[in-house]
Amino acid sequence: MIVLAFLVQALRIAVPYLFAAAGGVLCERSGVIALTLEGWMLTGAFSATLGSYYSGSAWAGLVCGVAGGLLAASLHALATVRYRADQVVVGIAANLLAVGATRFFLRLAFDSSSNSPRVSGFDWFAAVSGGGTSDGASLLSSLANPLVLLGMLSLPFVSWLLNGTPFGLRVRAVGERPDAAVSVGIHVGRVRWLAVLGAGALASLGGSYLALEQHQFTDSMTAGRGFIALAAVIFGNWEPRRVAVACALFAIAETLQIQLQGLQLIPSQFVEMIPYLLTIIALAGVVGRSVSPAALGRQVD
Amino acid sequence: MRRLIILAAALFAIHVGLLLVRPAGAEVGATSGAVNVGVVFDLGGRGDKSFNDGAYAGAERAVRELGAHVRFVEPGEGSDREAGLRVLAAEGMDLVIGVGFIFSDDLTQLAREYPNTRFAGVDYAVPTDSKGQPLALPPNLAALKFREEEGSFLVGALAALVSRSKTLGFVGGMDFPLIHKFEAGYRAGVRAVCADCTVIAQYAGVTPEAFRNPGKGLELALSQYQSGVDVIFQASGSTGLGVFEAARRRGKLAIGVDADQYGEAPGFILTSMVKGVDAAVFRTIEQVKGGTFRGGVFQLGLAEQGVDYVYDEHNRALIPDSVRARVEALRQDVIAGRITVPSTR
Repeated sequence: MIVLAFLVQALRIAVPYLFAAAGGVLCERSGVIALTLEGWMLTGAFSATLGSYYSGSAWAGLVCGVAGGLLAASLHALATVRYRADQVVVGIAANLLAVGATRFFLRLAFDSSSNSPRVSGFDWFAAVSGGGTSDGASLLSSLANPLVLLGMLSLPFVSWLLNGTPFGLRVRAVGERPDAAVSVGIHVGRVRWLAVLGAGALASLGGSYLALEQHQFTDSMTAGRGFIALAAVIFGNWEPRRVAVACALFAIAETLQIQLQGLQLIPSQFVEMIPYLLTIIALAGVVGRSVSPAALGRQVD
Repeated sequence: MRRLIILAAALFAIHVGLLLVRPAGAEVGATSGAVNVGVVFDLGGRGDKSFNDGAYAGAERAVRELGAHVRFVEPGEGSDREAGLRVLAAEGMDLVIGVGFIFSDDLTQLAREYPNTRFAGVDYAVPTDSKGQPLALPPNLAALKFREEEGSFLVGALAALVSRSKTLGFVGGMDFPLIHKFEAGYRAGVRAVCADCTVIAQYAGVTPEAFRNPGKGLELALSQYQSGVDVIFQASGSTGLGVFEAARRRGKLAIGVDADQYGEAPGFILTSMVKGVDAAVFRTIEQVKGGTFRGGVFQLGLAEQGVDYVYDEHNRALIPDSVRARVEALRQDVIAGRITVPSTR
């Protein structure tokens, strides 16, 4: 039971990372730096809350969440792909914009600067069991969430997209050798647009999961998860399978931290460092040098 | 590039301009006769359902009852907090209030620069020298501090008396001394009424982000409830909303903080440890009006009604009369000095 509870908790923690990291892989393999994962998640979380609040349905919330993510991503693509702005600068600005814009609209829609009212989420199991609150019921109910299942499928989906479809081939070509891609008639801008939009949609699903699990939006609720997902992308060497392992690793570290904190075995500060420490180690090439997509961050004329 | 700089400059000018825009309904400028008060909110601002809203309520009451003129400034992220205070001080307000410990250094600085303006800091953190001795404050600065440990002491006792499993939980936001006060008081309260109870205390993180991470709060609380905890006290900002969500999901109890948080999860909130920010702000404005304002550090505890716990028609059903009587007896013990509540772990 304890092991099961541990695994389920790690899975719940991993879901937002998996979604955002899947978006991150797609985006970065096309040559666009995915610094805005955090902002897309936050936008997704907020628009999902809006949708769920006004429609009363979590599914409608999910649709709105993705729409919000697409909107934020299209702004990003407009700046970095269409107008060739510096991707890092745009990424930082877009994250700040997401924090400010969600706070502004939160105030506008719900007259609060901290949180929205309660909205409906995916409570399938509670609906079936009549709201069981035992340990077992609680474990099952957290698994009976479509977003948990989708989250587990997100990286396999991106893997298939990149390695099994013509579109994926183009994405990889554009991310590695854009000049060569142009020479065979691939429209680099268009491919990057689609990749960024796809990343925005995926990351916003991660944000929607957070908001619908919590049944409300709270200011800056993503709390750096987008950056951890980006760390997972780098640590996983931009390969979907290894990125999935990285996400699992980070989620397990966080679960361990939660479970062990009461025992005071390891300082919590240290466990919080793990994702970033591993990323630096990976970048420094201590264990298997990480090789980024060759054209990452490079503009193409 | 040049166009970009011009654009940035224009945006900055608009930004600074907007800082001076007065909110609708608020009085502006230094009007003679009435007391002129400026209030600068912490991050989160009005609508945070917590101490910013408390300060707002206290100031609004001063407008109604004392005829004070109050101006509110809500800074955004970053350094314009200091600018907000400075604008108000430069306008010759009688009293400038900074809400939140984050204003401590700015208030000290400005109080020295504007000796004729009175300043008050809610949750002001008194600076200490290298030996840990508190430094003297400027005479025109009042530090309004709350003895959160005393309120936490009472809710700790309450939680232990209501608990069936004799295992109590605590979820803090950022792992630092301000929140350790809550934990220390809570632990002492539990121990005062139940020697064989255990307290599991956890923190959401080591950065200010830890106050805005409900997902983490949810997971921390779920794992505590899983391990047998049946009441959790949260002192973690909006991270605590995740704790309430977990209480709702597991049918367990949680204790709110700062303001009455019953409405966040009706039926699952045992009580809330409330800080009387509204009363403190009102009283300070009253003192300025009556000419009795004094600088210095003011510790507002149970005796000063600076902290308390909620007991009203919503949660009466959750708290048996015998428990209530026991907790009230402890309150008298603390007020009379028979019990000293620790403020550090």
